[in-house]
Amino acid sequence: MAAAQHLTREERFWRTVLYVSSGLVLFFLMAPILAIVPLSFNSGTFLTYPLEGLSLRWYHAFLASEQWMRALRNSFIIGISSAVLATALGTVAALGLTRADFRGKGIVMAILLSPMIVPVVIVAVGFYFFFAPLGLTASYTGLILAHTALGTPFVVITVAATLKGFDDNLARASASLGAAPVTTFFKVVLPLIAPGVASGALFAFATSFDEVVVVLLVAGPEQRTLPREMFSGLRENISPTITAVATIMILVSVVMLAALELLRRRNERLRGLRG
Amino acid sequence: MPLAGTGASLKAQLRRAERMRKLRAFALVLPLLLFIVVTFVVPILDMLRLSVVDRDLATVWPHVARSIGAWTDRSQVPPPSVFDALATDIRDSYRARTLPLAARRLNYAIDEGRTLVFTTARRLPETSADWRATLIGIDPHWGELATWAAVDQASGPLTSFFLLAAVDRHKTADGHIVATPSGQAIYVEVLTRTFKVSFIVTLLCVVLGFPVAYLLATQPPRRANLLMILVLLPFWTSLLVRTAAWIVLLQEQGIINHALIWLGVIDSPVRLIYNRIGVYIAMTHILLPFLILPLYSVMKGIKPSYMLAAKSLGASPTEAFIRVYLPMTLPGIGAGALLVFILALGYYITPALVGGAADQMISYFIAFYTSDSVNWGMASALGAVLLTATLLLYWVYDRLVGITNVKLG
Repeated sequence: MAAAQHLTREERFWRTVLYVSSGLVLFFLMAPILAIVPLSFNSGTFLTYPLEGLSLRWYHAFLASEQWMRALRNSFIIGISSAVLATALGTVAALGLTRADFRGKGIVMAILLSPMIVPVVIVAVGFYFFFAPLGLTASYTGLILAHTALGTPFVVITVAATLKGFDDNLARASASLGAAPVTTFFKVVLPLIAPGVASGALFAFATSFDEVVVVLLVAGPEQRTLPREMFSGLRENISPTITAVATIMILVSVVMLAALELLRRRNERLRGLRG
Repeated sequence: MPLAGTGASLKAQLRRAERMRKLRAFALVLPLLLFIVVTFVVPILDMLRLSVVDRDLATVWPHVARSIGAWTDRSQVPPPSVFDALATDIRDSYRARTLPLAARRLNYAIDEGRTLVFTTARRLPETSADWRATLIGIDPHWGELATWAAVDQASGPLTSFFLLAAVDRHKTADGHIVATPSGQAIYVEVLTRTFKVSFIVTLLCVVLGFPVAYLLATQPPRRANLLMILVLLPFWTSLLVRTAAWIVLLQEQGIINHALIWLGVIDSPVRLIYNRIGVYIAMTHILLPFLILPLYSVMKGIKPSYMLAAKSLGASPTEAFIRVYLPMTLPGIGAGALLVFILALGYYITPALVGGAADQMISYFIAFYTSDSVNWGMASALGAVLLTATLLLYWVYDRLVGITNVKLG
């Protein structure tokens, strides 16, 4: 690619095809985000271009709405709680999974990762039927438990991948110096795998923050989250307030993506993969 | 001798230490395993149980459930004792206000089953010398074999009714499994549609994703990282946000219609949403990164020297690409396509929001029967069908790719 002038006509043709086609696809991928963000600053009520003028009225409408504010609160309460639970359970499990090969490990792994593959509607319906008699539907506890189950596979995968690069001699050195296993974990292992654990936590939070099917079936009116309110909003008539909510959620995604990238770099530095 | 003794005990000690190590490792996995089993595996198994358990009618009409066994000659209606039981049960359940439960259950299997049950209850006399004649006199349906087959099959405790219904089949009075008449059959069509939509979305993802993955894999790292953001940002953006954006873009007065009119491609707005086109566009958009990311990581591992070797041996760039490069990307295409297909099968929210009534996939009906129209047996049976399809593909995926190799950015 570097020596572009040496390309034959055939190669130049294919390169053009590649650039044009992938350019179009990348545009297709970004188009919804590019289209919806400016609309949230529109002063008019129509969801179309050209904008009638710039204003923050839809953000004011969002902030003034008790319903949307409750949804925002719920999204963070449920997202953070389930991410904390998923990270704790998933990290400990990943430690066990990388430490030794025990019998039935393949099946255990398949079960632990299945929440990632089983259609969410089945998870939601199963949870609904099973936990309704226990009074866990229409409760925060129920939603947090369900979202934790959905988030753990990502924690297990991320932390297990980080542990693969972990030098076991460090843990052995710590043990030989008299540290108890728990001390070794908190003082030696955890600081070194922290970026992987944090990435896993982000994945778990994102899973909960984006989830709507379980919320749709299991949550009561008090537990409605942002995606759940958006779902109702999109079913009825679409208020431009939704574009403001969407923009805020895109901002959350950008922050999470940036955090993930920083963690990845930090992880590489900790492992000495990069200067 | 002492030497051998020490050796044996050392071996035993090593074995014990190894066992302890494995046990400790398993103990670390145990909390999560238990958590997933309780909150995830058991509820799903319980849901599958609901697809074959059928107790509603037997609870409300205990006499019928007990005496229906006396109906042995399936070429005619049950003996008088069963009619007596039915009269008793209808009267009791009407008084106890549990009749609607029985009516609902029979309505699943018989057209106008609810009306039949309620009319009978309202017109039931206090006493009768011949309940068979009285009941058939109230409603001739009680003289039909199909009605009694439905009552029999609904008398529990186990039933194949819901699972058969999920594939548009039912049992006749004499126990044969037959196809449901085409006017009432819907689920095979829904299932076919689910597979068709998933297949087309997968195909679109492969076609659109391939060039992007190739571009990312062949650019210098710095530029590739920048371009990667264009894939990862939509990937990390909430599904609801992306669906909302597509509704805004595709609606009749939306940006795309305006642009197409401005460009002179069309004269008046075309319908791009609340139909299949909208479903294809939005689902492809949402699932595309799941194809690009695994394909990209496979392409990253293909050394450029293979292509150079092919070219130095006289292959044209096109030939080298098709005969050398493309075959090496097949594992990536397979992994990505299978993942996209599995995820697409379970889609519910996006088709519900951007599709029309004729574009809803199987998940929609599962959710519908769970919350809107309470028919848990049907929801569970359709869930069983979807789960079976997904788990089969999951197994294939695990065999081919390894589930731990899922790359998500």
